Amino acid sequence: MLKDATAIVGIGQTAFARQLPETEKALACRAILAALDDAGIAPSEVDAFASYTMEETDEVEVAKAIGAGDVTFFSRVGYGGGGSCATVGHLAAAVATGQASVGVAWRSRKRGSGPRPWKNTAVQLPTPGQWTRPFGLLRPADEIGMLARRYMHEYGATRDHLFNVALACRNRANQNPAAIMYERPLTREMYMTSRWISEPLCLFDNCLETDGALACVIVSAERARDCRRKPVYVHAAAQGLPAQHHGMVNYWNDDPLSGPAWTAARHLWKHADFGPQDVDVAQIYDAFTPLVPLSLEGYGFCGRGEGAAFTEGGALEIGGRLPLNTGGGGLSEAYVHGFNLITEGVKQLRGTSTAQVPDAATCLVTAGEGVPTSAVLLRA
Amino acid sequence: MLTPVPDEDGAPFWEYAAQGELRVQSCADCGELRFPPRPCCPHCQSFASAWRLMTGRGRIWSYVLPHPPLLPDYAAQPGYNAVLVELADAPRIRLAGNVVTAPDAPLNSVDPARLRIGAPVKVAFTEVDGVTVPRWLLERG
Ligand SMILES: [Zn+2]
Repeated sequence: MLKDATAIVGIGQTAFARQLPETEKALACRAILAALDDAGIAPSEVDAFASYTMEETDEVEVAKAIGAGDVTFFSRVGYGGGGSCATVGHLAAAVATGQASVGVAWRSRKRGSGPRPWKNTAVQLPTPGQWTRPFGLLRPADEIGMLARRYMHEYGATRDHLFNVALACRNRANQNPAAIMYERPLTREMYMTSRWISEPLCLFDNCLETDGALACVIVSAERARDCRRKPVYVHAAAQGLPAQHHGMVNYWNDDPLSGPAWTAARHLWKHADFGPQDVDVAQIYDAFTPLVPLSLEGYGFCGRGEGAAFTEGGALEIGGRLPLNTGGGGLSEAYVHGFNLITEGVKQLRGTSTAQVPDAATCLVTAGEGVPTSAVLLRA
Repeated sequence: MLTPVPDEDGAPFWEYAAQGELRVQSCADCGELRFPPRPCCPHCQSFASAWRLMTGRGRIWSYVLPHPPLLPDYAAQPGYNAVLVELADAPRIRLAGNVVTAPDAPLNSVDPARLRIGAPVKVAFTEVDGVTVPRWLLERG
């Protein structure tokens, strides 16, 4: 069984900025070494790695740079931000089944200063790029904007609902000195008058472009009790690739507004001792604001079509029904393909967040919605 | 403009488009339509396929108006639209495209105020850099 068999015992991160001078590889090594130091575990004890694709630094480079020992488990998960929580899930499974004893998951990106994948005109992923890119549906913002407009049309969601998401993240970032938007409050007027990126999505509906790296360390629950920090247990983990799914451009199945979150959620809750109503704090993948209401529905915090209304009345703020993205998330802390959501979940359950939810004992962390996804339930 | 880079499964779609036909892959055994094209039928696993002619009518399922930063060819047509059209013959098949005033008109030729979800459209074809692509014209209704 996976349930509570492993724990995250170390987290580490670099600074976040639009542009950092160091290479992606160097940033990865710094974050990993910081996480190992946080755990009080020597790099030579690391025998497992998990990361995601779309990044250049591989486990071979990382292992030899940090001085890892013999590595007996390594995996890389695809689909960009959909892979974040799966790295934790893979390591938890590897450690729980005895394939390894000390696992490191990480994400390092030079998204702020590096190239943007959609600008590469030489390569159109053959499927489904041939069905979208010639028509000027170029960027993830365009692809999600399409779902957002349909969602607004079907369920009466408004830009104010999307603003609620952007604001909650920004308010938490304003409490977090490490966040890129720490000193930059957001107002409704700023949101409503900002430029469009892909109408109906405006500037503030889009995540930041960030350089930075994060990592976490996973060991068995037994070993975790001897570590320096309070263990944060991996209670459940799931990936989600729904039947007849098509990748990020999820337009061709029966119901494009029910994404991979629904698949991951079914598995996650089936294996958990608690349900959505028992989640104290959530870290929901927020590359774009509409992903939050869609994910709230998928993970069962409300019914289909109710995700937008769920955000009303300060529900996502501290003290609200479901405090969300308490470090600022991808929208306002840093966009590092969602790995900062994992580490923020750990901080909440340690009681050390800069926007601490009192006595938080359970946290849902999710990965990119729309793409094949993943999620983990953490508990103190 | 970006022109389609077809794969083997998708190539017939573009070949039929060059003949002015909107066709969608179907299973030659059980008859189910499927899109995007793929080697075998997810319903009955048959590898035999046929390309079925569509009426070319549909409705706007959703649309976006992309703004910069964009690739240069698209940025040169500010206020252009990208739409998803739900096919009248197969409502669960949705094709990405552009609504224009005439097949060869620019991608921003239609006033965005005229776009709405549910608006009926009809396919037309135009050649872009030697490749024929579908476009969509608003219909009365
Ligand atoms: Zn069939």
